[in-house]
Amino acid sequence: MTPFTFARAHDAHEAVRLGAAAGSKYLGGGTNLVDLMRESVEQPSTLVDVSGLSAGIEERPGGSLWIGAAASNTALAEHRIVRARFPLLSRAIAAGASGQIRNMATVAGNILQRTRCTYFYDQAGSRCNKRQPGQGCDALDGANRNHAVLGASSACVATHPSDMCVALAALDAVVHLEGSNGARCVPFLDFHLLPEDHPERETVMQPGELITAIELQPLPMAAHSSYRKVRDRASYAFALVSAAAALDIEDGVVKDVRLALGGVAHKPWRARIAEDALRGRPAGFAAFEAAAAAELLAARPLRDNGFKIELAQRTVVAVLGSLAARSAARS
Amino acid sequence: MQSTVIPTLTVNGAEVALPGDPRVSLLDFLREHLQLSGTKKGCDQGACGACTVLVDGEKRILSCLALAVQYQGRAITSVEGLAQEGKLHPLQQAFIEHDGFQCGYCTPGQLCSALGMAAELRRGVPSYVTVDLSEQDIAFSSDEVRERMSGNLCRCGAYNGIVAALTEHHAASPQHAQRQPAGETS
Repeated sequence: MTPFTFARAHDAHEAVRLGAAAGSKYLGGGTNLVDLMRESVEQPSTLVDVSGLSAGIEERPGGSLWIGAAASNTALAEHRIVRARFPLLSRAIAAGASGQIRNMATVAGNILQRTRCTYFYDQAGSRCNKRQPGQGCDALDGANRNHAVLGASSACVATHPSDMCVALAALDAVVHLEGSNGARCVPFLDFHLLPEDHPERETVMQPGELITAIELQPLPMAAHSSYRKVRDRASYAFALVSAAAALDIEDGVVKDVRLALGGVAHKPWRARIAEDALRGRPAGFAAFEAAAAAELLAARPLRDNGFKIELAQRTVVAVLGSLAARSAARS
Repeated sequence: MQSTVIPTLTVNGAEVALPGDPRVSLLDFLREHLQLSGTKKGCDQGACGACTVLVDGEKRILSCLALAVQYQGRAITSVEGLAQEGKLHPLQQAFIEHDGFQCGYCTPGQLCSALGMAAELRRGVPSYVTVDLSEQDIAFSSDEVRERMSGNLCRCGAYNGIVAALTEHHAASPQHAQRQPAGETS
């Protein structure tokens, strides 16, 4: 591991001051960054430990839920408000990683984790535009079974690995940032970027900016929501495909819906086309199938991952179907 | 005035000085600096759980992905800290009785992870297989244990013995005994 200086920040202001130096990186739980440093993919000159900053989770006046950036994944998943009002978020977090990693990992760190593309990790032996801009992409014609089918480019076909972020995308979360120029907030859906010609740019964050909190606005329909993850083994594996959904059915008709997909793109994929296709339609298998197909019309398979398109189709239908069945059971 | 206090953390009840080099992982600190070789290095990349230790009581973490300096002032318990006064921890005894291991390499991580898991279950932390998220009292079951322990791999495949050991330990734990009547009468 390349030598670095370690500094602990005691508040966001101090963190931003320390993080402004070139080569600085913020350290949360370390579950991804320490691993990447060991692989020499990340070589910060200074680590600013922000894991001791705000970890509170609280309801704000107006009803929004304020989540401190340093809250652990476990703390968010087990929080009584999250379980009651945003069960898809609790379930998405519980679907990710292992108990140990969820205890260490922070909410902000989860959002900023890097892709698990093996070519990105293989610093010594593979080309990667994300790791070294302009180098080329060995995943494009390589072993790309785990890679993207939506929104990819010829420069990068990597996926965002988070489960939690899929739920945040469905919930229209807001990301609060602090930098040397002050504080700002960004809609979660605009926070991550598609790769296009610059896959090294993964978010809209400016150098030195720090995530201070995530905010969730009230969304009553999210009380009836779920997260479904499909993977190669029953637990402790990244998603091949996942879907977070909330469904509001009235008199058998889809009144409103939120749907996001994981494992299919460079960012958590909000399925707006499917949502638009569903609103006002009779809630049922035919509508769910048609909506999923409409969303996936733009999907493009690589050599090894064509199965993801049908898998995503079926996962969407399954998660919406289970929510519809529960809705019918309640009424 | 500059203080010259040496940064420390506590390991199994003893206060020890942190390494000067911030690159040292908590795992290497335990094994190479303190000669506490009970905690095992399996993958060194967060994939196997062999390095699991407990922080500040019963919070389980992976020591391979932890920088030792990040744990300044915290209390670490490794497998060496489980036995008390020369007597094995009841969970260690249960592993022996139920053949919860073969080669034993994953066992220190399994033990620490299982104690952390039991605390999470008592606290009502939901898992991916928990059916009802509103339920604060989550029932101990084989499915829950297998899901919650999925971060600890055993290449010998002693999983059935491990689940049996955890089940016996759970049934014998005082917290469970106190809560049992309320749950069993319904």
